[in-house]
Amino acid sequence: MSWFNTIAILLVAYLAIYAQATFNEFRHLVVVQIDLIPSLVVYAALSGGVLTFTIVALSCGLWIDSLSANPLGISLLPLFLVGLVIHQFSDLILRQQAFAQFILGLCATAAVPIVTLVLLMNTQVQPLLSWFSLWQWIAMSLMGGAITPLWFFVFNRIGETFNYRPLGESSFRPDRQIKRGRQ
Amino acid sequence: MLKRPQYIALGVIILCTFVLLKLPDRAAANLKLAISGIFLPLFGMSGSLGDLAENSSYSLLSRRELIRQLQWQHKTNQLSTLYFRQADEWKRENDRLRDYFNIPRQYPWKTKMARVVARDPVNWWKTITIDRGTRDGVVTNLPVVTAEGLVGRIAGVSFAQSHVVLVGDPDCRVAVLVGDDKSREQGFIAPASSSPLDHALVDLTYLSRNSKLIPGQVVVTSGMGGVFPKGIVVGQIADFRSIGYGLYKEAQVRLAVNMNRLEEVFILMP
Repeated sequence: MSWFNTIAILLVAYLAIYAQATFNEFRHLVVVQIDLIPSLVVYAALSGGVLTFTIVALSCGLWIDSLSANPLGISLLPLFLVGLVIHQFSDLILRQQAFAQFILGLCATAAVPIVTLVLLMNTQVQPLLSWFSLWQWIAMSLMGGAITPLWFFVFNRIGETFNYRPLGESSFRPDRQIKRGRQ
Repeated sequence: MLKRPQYIALGVIILCTFVLLKLPDRAAANLKLAISGIFLPLFGMSGSLGDLAENSSYSLLSRRELIRQLQWQHKTNQLSTLYFRQADEWKRENDRLRDYFNIPRQYPWKTKMARVVARDPVNWWKTITIDRGTRDGVVTNLPVVTAEGLVGRIAGVSFAQSHVVLVGDPDCRVAVLVGDDKSREQGFIAPASSSPLDHALVDLTYLSRNSKLIPGQVVVTSGMGGVFPKGIVVGQIADFRSIGYGLYKEAQVRLAVNMNRLEEVFILMP
């Protein structure tokens, strides 16, 4: 596991949650707030190990709940479950394909609010739900899907910038070395 | 099949969720506010940047524009002074009559201005975060208003910030009065059930079938419940209908405050 990768994801998640709480133009436009975190968990599950996506799910869940009226801890399990399922099938996923990233982001962003709401229904709180929430769910999922390839692009660029580049294959071959002089 | 590390991680997450959800309300609220403190540097930085941008924009204003604004402020100030003197006279008269009839006096509201620093990042709640906390004397359940009307109530307080639950959230029920002085009806403000697209609309429920409602009537807080003082404007009647086979009436209220554009609010201090 690359600690740099985990720290980079956490840092981006921290800024993303802050942006989600303070940037309201999209909310004013389509009456929906984008959820950036499930797509980040998708990236964490595909690029790191169990510890990476567990730390990301734990931190992001606590941060989101602390800024919202959600009961503290309600977002941990949905985010972790998304990461767990994706990590379980990570060998079968074409992670470099933008379309696959979009579908994964869409499914993750669609699944997280549903699991969260199921958990919320089992607590004493009553969330603000109506038929309009269906539109919010669809728009949120589509935006989550659209943002996922962007996360992959951003983290690839961060990785390229801060990590050592792998050495290119040299044309030197010892068996083809020209040996001069008398034997 | 899951592998061993995945089982361990799943167990840890389930345990954390269970423990956090089972925490006592007070402990959970304190922990929540402590965790949200991690965002304080970003909130502080964005506030400073906002102030800087505002101050920079002032230096761009022309002298002519400044003089024009000053003149307008002067005129508004004169008018406000006139209204204030008139209101002061009414207050004295009101106090005299209250003393005469042995009715307790009403004291003016003490307000504290706060800046809105964040909104709920989740779609199913209507809350905001403001930059006043226990260090400013803020406690839970204090009403939050703007010059236009009621905004909500303080739901949680940390050292430097507070969470405000807005009118229209299921957690912010407001007892209100509607109608003229002769026939005032009492009701409750509840989240909008029929027009979720328009966030400025909420429902006014528990009205009697004989209520005489007219679109445009002002809805004010009734003072019942002990959280909101009497007389804060909530909104205006937009529409009404009979429900329960004509046994009750329900109205839609257009909120006086645009909740989407809140920047500064006032906390009514005790």
